[in-house]
Amino acid sequence: MSALYPDDLFYTKDHEWARIEDRAGTKVATIGVTRYAVEQLGDVTQVDLPKEGESVKQAEVFGSVESVKAVSDLFAPITGKVVKVNSPLADSPEYVNEDPYDEGWMIQVAVSNTKELDGLLDAEAYQAFIREQGE
Amino acid sequence: MRRTPLYEAHVRLGARMVDFGGWSMPVSYPTGILEEHRATRTAVGMFDVCHMGEVHFTGAGAAATVQRLVTNDVGRLENGRAFYTVACLPSGGIVDDLIVYRVDPEHYLAVVNASNIDKDVDWFQEHRGADCKIEDASARTGLIAFQGPAAQDALQPLASIPLDKLRSFSFATDVTVAGLPVWIARTGYTGEDGFELFCDAQDAARLWDRLVAAAGAAGGGPVGLGARDTLRLEARLALYGNDLDEETTPLEAGLGWVVKLDGDDFIGRDALRVQQSAGITRKLAGFVMTARGIARHGYAIYDADGVPSGTVTSGGPAPTLTQNVGMGYIPARLDVPGTKLSIDCRGKRVDAEVVRGPFYKRGKKT
Repeated sequence: MSALYPDDLFYTKDHEWARIEDRAGTKVATIGVTRYAVEQLGDVTQVDLPKEGESVKQAEVFGSVESVKAVSDLFAPITGKVVKVNSPLADSPEYVNEDPYDEGWMIQVAVSNTKELDGLLDAEAYQAFIREQGE
Repeated sequence: MRRTPLYEAHVRLGARMVDFGGWSMPVSYPTGILEEHRATRTAVGMFDVCHMGEVHFTGAGAAATVQRLVTNDVGRLENGRAFYTVACLPSGGIVDDLIVYRVDPEHYLAVVNASNIDKDVDWFQEHRGADCKIEDASARTGLIAFQGPAAQDALQPLASIPLDKLRSFSFATDVTVAGLPVWIARTGYTGEDGFELFCDAQDAARLWDRLVAAAGAAGGGPVGLGARDTLRLEARLALYGNDLDEETTPLEAGLGWVVKLDGDDFIGRDALRVQQSAGITRKLAGFVMTARGIARHGYAIYDADGVPSGTVTSGGPAPTLTQNVGMGYIPARLDVPGTKLSIDCRGKRVDAEVVRGPFYKRGKKT
């Protein structure tokens, strides 16, 4: 079982995460939603994502996730061009619930500006933030 | 926030509690909405409906008062039988939808929506006839629903009467379940066979615990409001506040079968007769999404030519069908199976198609 809030990820206050990897000189961010988001959402039944080649902008809506009860916007943790979409989610949205940090990832983005990472939370700060939310 | 007698039990079971019209209610348990939905369709699901209202009408004038208040024909109810009905305003708009149980000729029980208890009781009192006492017993009454194809077999070992003798919309008052005195009715709100158990509020938690054990042994368990909503939507059962309100009439809502325009007089009958003879201009239609998208309460509906044609009153996934479905009021001429619609799902028009009847219908018992 993966950690509730892995240390190697960046987090947003809108409950998305980003994992940054270096691929041949380009920073690629893999993006998904957190365990906390999944618990709040309940069973996910549909995920709407941008297409490859489209651009997403930090803090702006890049897609939406439908649970049984409601629909929620997804906010991009970082600006960049979408290089890959987790297409299996179209048929298996439950991956988001079952494995939000691995099989449930949503999009990969070629990062335009690594400085934007400074505005994101680390695992510790994110957990402090959600504790605050709970109170 | 108000709590039902089962609040502690829900917390102990790990439920996610939400504010539901001023009540702290379980939206789901750790099993999740989809699994709770599935369990109710395949085994048994149990529901805390203690927040619902129980209103007793007693006295020689009880039948006359109830008849004045509801659209269905009270005269055809026998002792131990119940019916679904609505109470209307003089305009024909719906005050509430409810189930009326006839205990005896001088005692009727009305079970009403939690969010409407105060409004309903005021309305009932205002229109109370001679020789009728109206008592709001909601606070002292517990109500637990036990629903699903395995409900009878799972409940029978705890029950003091043979449950197979209890027909749909029948009930029995002199019963014990797990040794506790209950009224047991073969009614529900899931589209499945099942029971609703009325008990003293003080016994509700003990009864609940025994039922949780019985449901668990049958492969089911407690179900929250989340799956309660998907279950009733699949069965195309209307929800007051979404699909029914004071601006809609039972004829528009497809509830003409509970409106007896030729029976004894009731509040709203004249208006409904006028509407009936003039023709119903809008209908609560059911639709399935034929493209990828989920309709939600409040989304706009368009006809095939893109003309605004109504608003979604209820919508969401139908887990048993793996389809997305919904309901909404549309012009009556469009309420024909196969009619193409589109739903504005957050700025995106998604195709849908009108269908007749329940989205999900349980198989006949073998």
